[in-house]
Amino acid sequence: MTYIQLSYWDIALAATLLTINAGLSIYYRLGTERRLLLAAARMVVQLTLVGLVLKALFHTVSPWLTLLVALVMVGFAGREAMARQERSFIGFWGYGLGTTSMLIAAGIVTLFALLTQLHADPWYDPRYVIPILGMILGNTMTGISLALDRLLSEADTGRMRIEARLALGHTFREAMQEPVKSAMRAGLIPTVNGMAAAGLVSLPGMMTGQILAGVEPVEAVKYQILIMFLIAGGTALGVFSATRLALLRLTDSRQRLRLDRLKLD
Amino acid sequence: MLVVEQLTRDILQPVSLELPGGTCIAIRGASGSGKSLLLRAIADLDPTTGRVTLDGQERNALPAHVWRRKVTYVAADSGWWLDKVGMHFEAPDIAAGYLLRLGFHGNVMSWPVSRLSTGEKQRLALLRAMVQGPSVLLLDEPTSALDPETTSKVESLLHEKISAGITIIMVTHDPAQATRMSQQRYRMTDGTLSQETS
Repeated sequence: MTYIQLSYWDIALAATLLTINAGLSIYYRLGTERRLLLAAARMVVQLTLVGLVLKALFHTVSPWLTLLVALVMVGFAGREAMARQERSFIGFWGYGLGTTSMLIAAGIVTLFALLTQLHADPWYDPRYVIPILGMILGNTMTGISLALDRLLSEADTGRMRIEARLALGHTFREAMQEPVKSAMRAGLIPTVNGMAAAGLVSLPGMMTGQILAGVEPVEAVKYQILIMFLIAGGTALGVFSATRLALLRLTDSRQRLRLDRLKLD
Repeated sequence: MLVVEQLTRDILQPVSLELPGGTCIAIRGASGSGKSLLLRAIADLDPTTGRVTLDGQERNALPAHVWRRKVTYVAADSGWWLDKVGMHFEAPDIAAGYLLRLGFHGNVMSWPVSRLSTGEKQRLALLRAMVQGPSVLLLDEPTSALDPETTSKVESLLHEKISAGITIIMVTHDPAQATRMSQQRYRMTDGTLSQETS
């Protein structure tokens, strides 16, 4: 395997491309130059820190440290999933719902990959755990936040329809059939589209990275296909558990529609 | 017999009622005074405290959806969740038998819901609940969107059901309707229910 190492000068040179953005912003008075600068600086600092953390982590190969980093990642993903929803639950469940589902889904799928296909040694080797978990989390997060957002907003806007069914003696499950379907569809479609477009429209990032690092394209593609399947499974599990948990929280022992548990904007 | 004891929820002051089968009471009151809240509370659509029984059977002893089949709330604005009217009816054939009496001509059951006017929706929502055979109907302004002629059609059907033993609690803005329909009239003021003396 051969790959071309980058020097800091190479990176600095690439950073000059930002002057195009800045130039546009100044010339057309878009007023985005400050935000652009800040975002670029954040990106550099965040990624550098992550690089250092990963370096230390890979060096120690401790199961506990790996678990800690994995949990922190899930925690951040949960926060991001909540921030992307227009509607969410009041209190703990606003954050806990997405985070719990992500923990379940990403945890199961990552372990599955580590124990069966990848045969990492030891199985908790952070060099495998962290990148795989990261890729699965990123996609699961999108799916879960889309599904929850759809479910909660349809429960809210569709209140008349849902309560009409409840009033006629339908169970809460029956009354929520349409919103649940639509939420699951919303959560799963990005993965389906992603698989359908892979290779034609976009070259997936991981595969590109491996090719740049000198891996045989066919080998890189095999890895990418594996990851796509992991992502699809993780998203499905995540969307399913998030929707189920949200349904539990949307109702009570008397099968009422409890919109009072949602945050008002 | 529907018995309500000390039924309360946030703005609703404790309500107690005893309604034998085949009776109808009417409730009037300003918008936002809590009339709909009371109906929803009896149907168990909102969390409440207090006791409600039907023919001696405790509400909480029944699964919620079974209770609501017996004690059915018909909201002022009707909800429709599928495309065709008939799909919302448990037994469209039985319902079709009432259509003419409610002023419908033609096969409404095969219409798309989007074709219905507000008044048509209102009558069909009532019919949808009625043909399921509830013991109690909680009607929230059931004729608010209807002309006098259609209103009297609905009222005569309701009278028939009352004679057959159904209990009705009806929210209405129309004092004349309250007199036509009910044996007892109530007024809701800021969440407090009181009987009207006539």
